[in-house]
Amino acid sequence: MQGMSMDKKIRVLIAKPGLDGHDRGAKVIARGLRDAGMEVIYLGLRLTPEQIADAAIQEDVDVVGLSCLSGAHMALFRKTIDLIRHKGGKDILVVGGGIIPKKDIPKLMEVGMARVFGPGTPLAEIVKFIEDSVGGQRQ
Amino acid sequence: MTEKKMTERKLEFRTTVDGLVVKRVYGPADAEGATEEALGLPGEYPFTRHIMPTGYRGRLWTMRQYAGFGTVEETNERFKYLYQQGQTGFSVAFHLPTQEGYDSDHPLAAGEVGRCGVAVDSLQDVERLWDGIPLADVSTSMTINATAPILLAMYIAAAEKQGADRSKLNGTVQNDVLKEYIARNTYIFGPKPSMRLVTDLCAFCAENMPQWNSISISGYHMREAGATAAQEAAFTLANGIAYVQAMIDRGMEVDSFAPRFSFFFAAYTNILEEVAKFRALRRSWARIMKERFGATSPRSMMLRYHVQTDGFTLTAQQPLNNIVRVTLQALAAVLGGCQSLHTNSFDEALALPSEQAVQVALRTQQIIAEESGVADTVDPLGGSYYVEWLTNQLEAKIMEYIAEIDNMGGALKAIEKGYVQREIANSAYDYQRAVDAGDLIIVGVNKYATTEEQLPETLEIGEETERRQIERLRQLKNERDSRRVDEALERVLEVAKSEENIMPAVIDAVKAYATVGEISDALRKAFGEYREPSIV
Repeated sequence: MQGMSMDKKIRVLIAKPGLDGHDRGAKVIARGLRDAGMEVIYLGLRLTPEQIADAAIQEDVDVVGLSCLSGAHMALFRKTIDLIRHKGGKDILVVGGGIIPKKDIPKLMEVGMARVFGPGTPLAEIVKFIEDSVGGQRQ
Repeated sequence: MTEKKMTERKLEFRTTVDGLVVKRVYGPADAEGATEEALGLPGEYPFTRHIMPTGYRGRLWTMRQYAGFGTVEETNERFKYLYQQGQTGFSVAFHLPTQEGYDSDHPLAAGEVGRCGVAVDSLQDVERLWDGIPLADVSTSMTINATAPILLAMYIAAAEKQGADRSKLNGTVQNDVLKEYIARNTYIFGPKPSMRLVTDLCAFCAENMPQWNSISISGYHMREAGATAAQEAAFTLANGIAYVQAMIDRGMEVDSFAPRFSFFFAAYTNILEEVAKFRALRRSWARIMKERFGATSPRSMMLRYHVQTDGFTLTAQQPLNNIVRVTLQALAAVLGGCQSLHTNSFDEALALPSEQAVQVALRTQQIIAEESGVADTVDPLGGSYYVEWLTNQLEAKIMEYIAEIDNMGGALKAIEKGYVQREIANSAYDYQRAVDAGDLIIVGVNKYATTEEQLPETLEIGEETERRQIERLRQLKNERDSRRVDEALERVLEVAKSEENIMPAVIDAVKAYATVGEISDALRKAFGEYREPSIV
């Protein structure tokens, strides 16, 4: 938490783009981040990249967490990030998770995803990464 | 009785995260509930030990590997391969757009085409999917729910085109929409119209397809979503009760449809707990059917079920370890007495399974069947003090949950309130915290972790698939008789608004080559769409 201003909570949007309905991970992470003191908006599932990007801007979030287990992550994550940037969310930290083959991770980082958390990632690791990244930005 | 204080590895041993305390040793007093009446012989009420008198001595379980990816041609090739490798039944995975009622060219389908299943838009695709495989001679399971009437109609139409008689077809449609509101989430319509579609299909099968399992009431997805063994069992049976009641409310006699109701569960790595779960499930369902619904046919009381080893337990870390996990889980399924089994591939936490991984998964079942000897006697763990005690405990927990759901007004109400979803989400969260705290050990993840990378070859679905599928759909729409399509869709809408059974109209529509998306849209017009309640 070092360096983070304590008066404003980190705002996080968790969403599932596309048609994948496996929401165990997304829900567990939403709750884990909330328990770690963040303000979490769980947007739910079956969303288009446009809907997620719009919500991210409207809700003025610091972080967007995307989850996809269907294999459609390349198309959906990329489009969501592009739209977030295009609509003015330049500083929003975008992270992702799901069934993401290792070789796709560098490609996702290239299009602006800050980090991909695969299966088995401890909650604490995700919390720390977000706190460090957003805290660093705010300094 | 207190145990003598001795140092043990843990202060307390438990079955699952929120589970039962496990004692050091079990004896005859613990298994007192396992009376002759509670057990029965295999093949006899209450079927605790097995539904068949001969168990696997008569016939082994069906080795049914779930498969489907890319285009229908690619899946057709995989099916033929599996068939040659000795697989005895098919199980089709449809891509998400098919499951959720969108054609491949719908904006929401972008990126999903052919990904977690095969892309099917029309009867033409189904005809190609089964090219060279005689549908009269195989048994097919289809994981399809909200759009089950459409996909069953396509299967019937394709089979009839091959010259098969619909009354002779063998297989299963999942057709279990209630659990889609709880886990997996491939619903389209709200619970009420969905129940109507589910029961339309069941009634149609009862009259026309005597060998077809019209529903596969599924706990697997709830377990994947975080449910404990007891929750998985209880919530599934609660949904089962809701379906049976809905059929009775339609005026059907219980023994006319219940024999074709089937179930689907997960198998975790904790072998003894899973075996007890399966035994408790069989006994609970038999008692529910007999005592609550007054079934008289033993076939209505038999819990017949498919098992899949649990996907959530597969780790992306040290993926070869998953072969061992799957083996233990498959052993639990077999010792528990399943009718059919899917074993997961070791690379599935990383991607869709490769051909090599699929082969190892199938061989795992074959080794258990041919080499282990566990299939040589029925219910080999029956009589174990611990397993009998666990079976009784689980049955009590199942009935406790069912009573609670009854008090809420049944499964539909409990789901609408978000009760079931919340219970499962809580268990999922507890599980993650237990893993993070190191109270629950996952080898290779929070203990014995290594930093070296092991990357098996995985399967890739190219973006080419999407382009090809969309092109094919465009072609079909140009070639078919569009007036016939419009009339058929109009008829589907009309029937949907009436109380008539939807199946005949849907069969006519698929035969006119109306697509999954078009027929779903007609139903959307009649029923509207569902949005999940917020529970997070």
